[in-house]
Amino acid sequence: MKSAATALFMREWRIARRIGGGASTGAVFFLILVALMPFAIGPDLNLLARIGPAILWIAALLSTLLGLDRLFQGDEEDGSLDLLAQARLPLEVVVLVKCAAHWTAGVLPLIVVSPLFGLMLALDAQALGLVAASLLVGTPALTMIGAIGAALTVSLRRGGLLMAVLVLPLTIPVLIFGVSAASAASGGAAPLLAPFLALAALSLAALAGAPFAAAAALRLAGE
Amino acid sequence: MWNLANPTVFIALTRRALPWLAVATAMLFAIGLWLSFAAPPDYQQGETVRIMYLHVPAAWMSTFIYGVMALAALGTLVWRHPMADAAQKAAAPLGAGFTFICLATGSLWGKPMWGTYWVWDARLTSVLVLFILYLGLIALWRTIEDAGRAARAAAILTLVGCVNLPIIKFSVDWWNTLHQPASVFRLGGPTIAPELLWPLLIMSLAFTLLFITLHVMAIRNEILRRRVARLTMMAAARDDRLAPGLAPAGMRP
Repeated sequence: MKSAATALFMREWRIARRIGGGASTGAVFFLILVALMPFAIGPDLNLLARIGPAILWIAALLSTLLGLDRLFQGDEEDGSLDLLAQARLPLEVVVLVKCAAHWTAGVLPLIVVSPLFGLMLALDAQALGLVAASLLVGTPALTMIGAIGAALTVSLRRGGLLMAVLVLPLTIPVLIFGVSAASAASGGAAPLLAPFLALAALSLAALAGAPFAAAAALRLAGE
Repeated sequence: MWNLANPTVFIALTRRALPWLAVATAMLFAIGLWLSFAAPPDYQQGETVRIMYLHVPAAWMSTFIYGVMALAALGTLVWRHPMADAAQKAAAPLGAGFTFICLATGSLWGKPMWGTYWVWDARLTSVLVLFILYLGLIALWRTIEDAGRAARAAAILTLVGCVNLPIIKFSVDWWNTLHQPASVFRLGGPTIAPELLWPLLIMSLAFTLLFITLHVMAIRNEILRRRVARLTMMAAARDDRLAPGLAPAGMRP
């Protein structure tokens, strides 16, 4: 079972790297979202520094979800999802492994470049570190919640918009705690540790619960 | 009780029960509305407190209906019962409607009291999220064509939302709050005066009965709609056997 999971992870990793420019497209999308904000709210660096963590979090949320609607769709189209469903590896583990590969290939690069984009928003060094750390702790929850939406809309041809409508309301707690953890340094009022712990709790709960919901939705699509 | 799970029995029983339910709802609404206008105005809020008699029951119903939907979702996933599917499908638009009434009356109440139609307050925001969840569920129902699959997909989403709604509520509370805390169901008894409380309780009973009446009617419609769909398909299949090759079965009305 372990080797099957490893093989699946490597397969997903390779597909994610090779198709559609892989991680770089996600990073470019992230950059565009960050670059749009000063156009919308003006180039005032003080204002940008104050809302910078929120901008980075919104950008990370949208770029994480954007890549997710194809998480299971390619496998459903070419039939490999049926094979995965019949394999000895439980479908819940398959979901978990695919999400892990998606996170490593698509989301981790965003977190790595986020301090660079934070610099453009005039964040100071401490805020840069906090944003990256909060994204590192919080984005697994986003990926797992998004996987439920991706599994529910897997057999729909134009599921992308519907998936966003279904999933985005559920990501609100992650966003709240993520932004409050990231802006703890600049705000000063909120305690630093509490939102981080809440964020970690959300990620762990999503890791534990979401594979079951997503696997149930995938079995439904395979019937 | 369990006979109600048989669609034919359900249709027959509810045909007799529905007029009584409707009459009871109308009477309760008449009494409740009369009491709401007869109740003394609030010492602080004046006449605008009467909005409460629509706002608070609608808010209770918005969460109550989600609970009903979650129970029906369990019925769908565990027993795969078509009646649970119908109950689920019928509850979603009703929940969205009651949640909308709650949001609309709340914002009309907010203008004179808080000076603004909308604030990004914890209660308001979590009800808005609930409204969006209802709309998402309705969209999911409309997108998946096969009724059984749509029911199970909606059931999974409903149960995920069921886990997530308390988290959203808790995190949003922590984020920002202005709305008053609960004043009816609390330890140490209600803080609301009895002459204001009675109309409120009767109005919430009226709202509950209104939901039950509308829900039963919508379930009946759903059952009948499925029967019509099945009969149409059977008729199409029969025509195809009698005169094959004239046209593909899907082309005929």
